[in-house]
Amino acid sequence: MQKIGVFVCHCGTNIAGTVDVHAVAEALKEEPGVVFSADYPYMCSEAGQNMIKDAIRDYQLTGAVICSCSPRMHEATFRKAATSAGLNPYLVEIANIREQCSWIHKDMPTATEKAIILGKAAIAKVHLNAPLTAGESPVTKRALVIRGGIAGIQTALDIAEAGFPVDIVEKQPTIGGKMTQLDKTFPTLDCAACILTPKMVDCAQNENIKIYSYSEVTDVKGFVGNFRVTIKRKARYVDETKCTGCGICTEKCPMKKVPNEFNLGMNNRTAVYIPFAQAVPKVATIDPEHCNMLKNGKCGVCAKVCTAGAIDYKQKDEFIEQEYGAIVVATGYNPIKLDRYDEFAYSQSKDVITSLEFERLTNAAGPTSGQLLRPSDGKHPHTIVFVQCVGSRDTSGCGKEYCSKICCMYTAKHAMLTREKYPDTDVYVFYIDVRTPGKNFDEFYRRAVEEYGVHYIKGMVGKVAPRADGTLLVQASDLISNEQLKINADLVVLAAAIEPDKTARPLATMLTASMDTNDFFTEAHPKLRPVESPTAGIFLSGTCQGPKDIPETVSQASAAAAKVIGLLVKDKLTCNPCVAHSDEWMCNGCSSCEKVCPYGAITYSDKEFKMPDRTIAIRRVASVNEAVCQGCGACTVACPSGAMDLKGFSNRQIMAEVDAICK
Amino acid sequence: MAQVSKEEIIRISGVNPLKCMRCGKCSATCPSYEEMEYHPHQFVYMVEKGEIEPLLKSADSLYHCLSCFACVERCPRNVEPAKLVEAIRLAVIRQQGQNHLKPETIPEVLDEDLPQQAIVSAFRKYSK
Repeated sequence: MQKIGVFVCHCGTNIAGTVDVHAVAEALKEEPGVVFSADYPYMCSEAGQNMIKDAIRDYQLTGAVICSCSPRMHEATFRKAATSAGLNPYLVEIANIREQCSWIHKDMPTATEKAIILGKAAIAKVHLNAPLTAGESPVTKRALVIRGGIAGIQTALDIAEAGFPVDIVEKQPTIGGKMTQLDKTFPTLDCAACILTPKMVDCAQNENIKIYSYSEVTDVKGFVGNFRVTIKRKARYVDETKCTGCGICTEKCPMKKVPNEFNLGMNNRTAVYIPFAQAVPKVATIDPEHCNMLKNGKCGVCAKVCTAGAIDYKQKDEFIEQEYGAIVVATGYNPIKLDRYDEFAYSQSKDVITSLEFERLTNAAGPTSGQLLRPSDGKHPHTIVFVQCVGSRDTSGCGKEYCSKICCMYTAKHAMLTREKYPDTDVYVFYIDVRTPGKNFDEFYRRAVEEYGVHYIKGMVGKVAPRADGTLLVQASDLISNEQLKINADLVVLAAAIEPDKTARPLATMLTASMDTNDFFTEAHPKLRPVESPTAGIFLSGTCQGPKDIPETVSQASAAAAKVIGLLVKDKLTCNPCVAHSDEWMCNGCSSCEKVCPYGAITYSDKEFKMPDRTIAIRRVASVNEAVCQGCGACTVACPSGAMDLKGFSNRQIMAEVDAICK
Repeated sequence: MAQVSKEEIIRISGVNPLKCMRCGKCSATCPSYEEMEYHPHQFVYMVEKGEIEPLLKSADSLYHCLSCFACVERCPRNVEPAKLVEAIRLAVIRQQGQNHLKPETIPEVLDEDLPQQAIVSAFRKYSK
């Protein structure tokens, strides 16, 4: 005979405000098998948990139903409480009467009725619950970090420091990411390269870190603790082990007219190239789209001049497979394309540039060696207009709905540095709001205004028109003085919105990690689990999760590393016991389940069966590897004979719930 | 002139002024800015505050708007200020009863270079 306890939580007024919790407890008392039913203000509190524990002991409960919030919130809490009172945790069921009831209803009688029905369904299920014991699976003590920008670098360094091997897979020929392209960093104005390149070198020298540059992740299999990842090492036509990074090939290469992506196409590079002086690894790469030797077999200059014999035109893409316990995503961001903002004349005038291009124009390693010169004529600009929120906070469909977060600060930085280096320059910043939350951030912005005399104007630029004399006519609102301004500018800088890297979405599919509508990775909980994906074993670092500046990115990168270390120090992981199970007598050997299993957990084998007529038959039947099965339930749906069932969520249990709801 | 409510203007125009984030791009892009007493962003703000009366009386604002829809095109929040201007013009016409533009007067006031959208708007403007 079942002895079931029912515990109804008020959750303060979250539930009790819309659901008559006392009526729910009273109604459920009448259900078959229920020997105890009560309500309490906060079931998750220590006193609430003690109430559950006492009831389990006093009434010798064989099952418990907690009518409370979503099981995602407190299922673990209540299962733990039950375990400590001697009840198998899988005999506890949650009826979600908060997210699925009180929060979505306004009318108390309706909500109360629904809460009772949800409670009845849970009771019906508990009647059929069986005690389950969780198994264990081993943990591969190696982490993978996907992309090696400042986020990936920091995560990798922290994991390596803790003593675990970690691999960085970077699509570009060098690690370093966007930060390598920046000039100075707010709010302290230290040079980006000066603080980043030592970390890049640390990565290269750390024994625990292996860098796969010019490489991509092409396949991910497995699950937390046991991922199997395929990495494509793209042919760079240079033997990494032989190349010394001397750069003689890049000097002699005759193909000198390739747009240099490191300088955003503002100057050219050669077909064989090293992205920049501090590249890690400092190894040349041949760009097959522009190399004459690779395109038509005519040249071979780099092979002739290379004293190390590192050039290898016959190199092929290579695929390697590696096992990992944890995967960190650090795919970063890019500025959006501005082709939908014709009003700013970005495609019409060379002197309308993005903020990232401005960084290159002020960087000593940039196309102008750090001289701020107009791209059109190489002259020093005297009037510069900065436009904020270009494509950010835009619901018109042209841009992004969100605030890109970093633009207010880097624009203040650009404006300030310009005024400092070129005091004869007039600098205007058009803003909708100046958003500077952060340590020393508002002070920084105010310095731009008060000490450097940057003209901050509340209003947006409506139109930028190139004029015959080479200047740009900027037409803008000054909302404070209710005027329309017309400014003759020499240079216009657009703070383009940022968006997740295009590689993020296909990667999310491979990882079965969820994303939001903007292609930012979703965190397991926006406040309490901000660096974990809801998919176990996948962690998030940097701007792949949302717009962030460098200080925030580094904090999050280290947080992700801490979570990875917490996983890798474990020798075994407790498995989910709610896994699939095959009834071999019912299995007809059709292989439907094997085909749909995303984890490769199902195998078929021939087994002997003693038949009712005392003969022995050999039948091909499915069996489930419980350590590999993740309990997704795909096989139970695919099985035509009903042989596959999910422990803890059997067809009988689900149908009992449905029956209870429909009664 | 009779009272016209904020709700009436919102209903006619289909515009939700609460979507405005006060960037002023509408007024920044407006080619008739200098000629208008109230500028496109002020139409949005004044309708939101329920200050319809001064807009109804501001012939300078209502009839200098070219209906070029640049403000509609460039608004990052889809507020569509020109539709508010249009709605106010319509409210004025409705108050004047039968005083619409007469078909026979169209040829003499028609500017062939105007885009279609502007022509339709112009019919209402010319009927003040």
